[in-house]
Amino acid sequence: MEDRPLTLVARDLRKTFRRDTGEAVEALAGISLEVRKGALTALVGPDGAGKTTLLRLASGLVAPDSGSLEVVGLDVSAEPQAVQDRIGYMPQRFGLYEDLSVQENLDLYADLHGVTGARRAEIYPRLFEMTQLGRFKQRPAGKLSGGMKQKLGLACTLVRAPELLLLDEPTVGVDPLSRRELWEIVFKLIREDGLSVLVATSYLDEAERCAHAVLMHAGKILAEGPPAEITAKAEGCCFLVKGPQGLPARSLQARLFALPGIVDAVPEAGRVRVVRQPGQLDTALEIAGLSLDTEPVEPRFEDAFMMLFDSVAEERARVSHGTIVAGGSGPHGETVVEVHDLVRMFGDFTAVDHVSFSVRRGEVYGLLGPNGAGKSTTFRMLCGLLPATGGTLKVAGADLLRAGAKARARLGYVAQKFSLYGQLTVDENLEFFASAYGLRGSGKKDRIRALKNDFALENLSDLPSGQLPGGFKQRLALAAALLHEPDILFLDEATSGADPIARRQFWGRITALSEQGVTVIVTTHFMDEAEYCDRIIILDAGKNLAEGTPLEIRQQAAMSDETAPSMEEAFIAIVERERLKRTEKAA
Amino acid sequence: MTERADQTGGLAASLRRVRALIRKETRQLLRDISSITIGIVMPVTLLILFGYGINLDVKNVPVAVLMEDNSAEARGVAAAFDLSPYFSTRAVHTMNEAERMLMAADVRAIVRIPTDFARSIDLGAAEVQLIINGADANTARISLGYAQGAVGTWAAKEAARTGNAANCGIVIEPRLWFNEANDSSYFLVPGLIVLVMTLIGALLTALVMAREWERGTFEALFVTPVRSSEILLGKTVPYFLLGLVGLALCVVGSKLLFGVPLRGSLVILTVVSMLYLLVALGLGLVISSATKSQFVASQMTVLLTFLPAMMLSGFMYDPRSMPFAVQVITYVFPARYFVTLLQTLFLSGNNWSVILPNAAVLAGMAIALLTLAARLTRKRIA
Repeated sequence: MEDRPLTLVARDLRKTFRRDTGEAVEALAGISLEVRKGALTALVGPDGAGKTTLLRLASGLVAPDSGSLEVVGLDVSAEPQAVQDRIGYMPQRFGLYEDLSVQENLDLYADLHGVTGARRAEIYPRLFEMTQLGRFKQRPAGKLSGGMKQKLGLACTLVRAPELLLLDEPTVGVDPLSRRELWEIVFKLIREDGLSVLVATSYLDEAERCAHAVLMHAGKILAEGPPAEITAKAEGCCFLVKGPQGLPARSLQARLFALPGIVDAVPEAGRVRVVRQPGQLDTALEIAGLSLDTEPVEPRFEDAFMMLFDSVAEERARVSHGTIVAGGSGPHGETVVEVHDLVRMFGDFTAVDHVSFSVRRGEVYGLLGPNGAGKSTTFRMLCGLLPATGGTLKVAGADLLRAGAKARARLGYVAQKFSLYGQLTVDENLEFFASAYGLRGSGKKDRIRALKNDFALENLSDLPSGQLPGGFKQRLALAAALLHEPDILFLDEATSGADPIARRQFWGRITALSEQGVTVIVTTHFMDEAEYCDRIIILDAGKNLAEGTPLEIRQQAAMSDETAPSMEEAFIAIVERERLKRTEKAA
Repeated sequence: MTERADQTGGLAASLRRVRALIRKETRQLLRDISSITIGIVMPVTLLILFGYGINLDVKNVPVAVLMEDNSAEARGVAAAFDLSPYFSTRAVHTMNEAERMLMAADVRAIVRIPTDFARSIDLGAAEVQLIINGADANTARISLGYAQGAVGTWAAKEAARTGNAANCGIVIEPRLWFNEANDSSYFLVPGLIVLVMTLIGALLTALVMAREWERGTFEALFVTPVRSSEILLGKTVPYFLLGLVGLALCVVGSKLLFGVPLRGSLVILTVVSMLYLLVALGLGLVISSATKSQFVASQMTVLLTFLPAMMLSGFMYDPRSMPFAVQVITYVFPARYFVTLLQTLFLSGNNWSVILPNAAVLAGMAIALLTLAARLTRKRIA
């Protein structure tokens, strides 16, 4: 690795942007970096760390304020076009032309890159084989699933071998199976063709597989090196903690996370994985006077990542438990969502195929599945936005499609896309939604004040919500959904695109809500988030493949070999096993 | 390395990229219902609307004819009104009755032939009183002209008959140049070309450029060997061609549906239309690169190009009848020059003293705007 030649050299790069409000934001505060040829280098860090800006600078789309940047041996500021002639760049939203077919999009990029004749005949079959898009050549790009769109975007940048490939969060909003397939393509090209890749990601397991990881924070480099070297920094600090009987893993996690000396805590197979500050290892872990069983475990890259960020984070966002007031006054254990034999057809396509499940009050229930599994369709039927073709469903005792506003007022909904008004300020959005839910007078004022306090939004009252940083947008969306103190909360990929730190904060709030008896139903592409759920259901092609607690799902997927699968491995194994069965049956 | 240079530099590579972009743009154009609507459906609708629907002509104006004199001469004048296609007459017997009808808006004017009409002719001081409802000043003025025409025609006939031209009370010479049929579609339909060109050139181009910025499709496109000039060329060529289709539709439509003559040369018409189209494309590109949002771009385009083309170009209202300050402003907008060219070419002919200066102004504007667009469109984001 060390002897490989360099493909990107940055020296003291600086870039400051000005927001619409006039506020200056320092995106890059003096970055010096070297990227080597023929390997994968990953940029990791929370939102606003400067990852995207750095990639845009490297691709000549944005000019630096100061510093020097050399890409494939050329000065980007002086010769942006020469650099663009030779590199490949896949932006966060790869701009596919949605009204053009898969083939037409690919042809356009082949023409622009000067790939013609024999070279095109050689590369096309390879690209179609790798991306498995061969069957969809004539399909408009707008009608592809999220994962397929990303694969097509990647194929477009790979029509000719770039000297350096820049990928900006290529797997955001992509399901675990497509994510794995996408990385297989990249690794194959690194292995076989010696491709050089610089990727920005907030998936830490992706960073773990790279040759060189660069941790960024607030426009600076916090640490860099081979992932194993970085991971070693958390050596001896990681433990699995078992809580008292009956306490959900997420509740234990939330309490541990709030303790001093704890760097990180995440639920894992019914237990909680904690990372402790190296200086605090001698004190026993206890909550509410109860000492806890701990078992040392090997560190992961994510543990070290959290440890490094713990040292620089100004505000360690800890959710105070018991302050978020919400509804859910009923006794735990009562069934509040009941789905029986649910079917939904679109023409002769079955989107949801005889799915049944039930959710009890105060439970956190996860709907998992690849793109196109029927999660969103199920969600829309539960919320009363779409009629079912067959079967019954009851939410809070009523079918929301037929029930009036009263039953609907009992649920809150956070959509996948930020669905608040971008031009309105934080306060104006909350005011509007409070009025829409029928809140009035001092009740409304008090409720808005309480939520702004709980979600740490007080200082941002007058900022247009479209200009909020990513994590704050999610907080505002959740706050708006909680204005009317709903009993049931629907979260549709609410954490898509959020960084690891923002996701922990988000889940801290969900845990607090469920402890007050709010029922939460979530969909997510982050398999580690499934660990926060009491129970999960895995759907594929509209069918129920598995249901149970996270631990049960892992056990179901476990093969004869000893190693316990991670949630993600379990998910992929279950989906693939069922898909194989189906194709066998069909044959 | 030579192979690399071969792929990206050089004219052949550049042409291949432009061709790829034109192909992509054309596909999007053909698949996007809104582009087709603006490019084809809109011109045809406007043609029909302006050709048949909007009529600035004055015809069948109801008039009350009060005959206080019953001489042959008086009846001759009344008959002149009767026979005119511009009036529909109603005979009345008292002035009171006529005034009542005027008040009730049953008629727009009163033609009063006084008792001494025949006698006055012999004295050379014949009078016909015309009372017109002046609420609609435009129609009133035109009606007056027609009335004078009707009387004048009769007077001329009378003079020819009696061989005494001197004794006619009023001598008017009604002459409407260029529009002898006095049909407003003659000047509305050619003027339509300016609207169609503006819509296709400026609005459609501004929209499709802003769409690329909005959807983030430029970000990936920029990091390829494509040059910004090639992107501009790839955008303009398809819309330039679509503009020419719109031109053809308008010319053929005005000829076939409304019989508008084309007195100038078709070649010159095509050349000046191309010049205006380039100006419109330049404006659309400049606007979209300045705003990068479809909504703002469409608002600005309508405000800066479409409305001036409609109101200030001479298409609907003659700039010479506008206040001086507004007249000066009309010269800022390219549509003014194009409408002058169109009206000259359609109704007058190859009048070089009009064509050359106006075409020169358009050419200058086209060069300036396209240069500005090229400057503004750089491969940079944010």
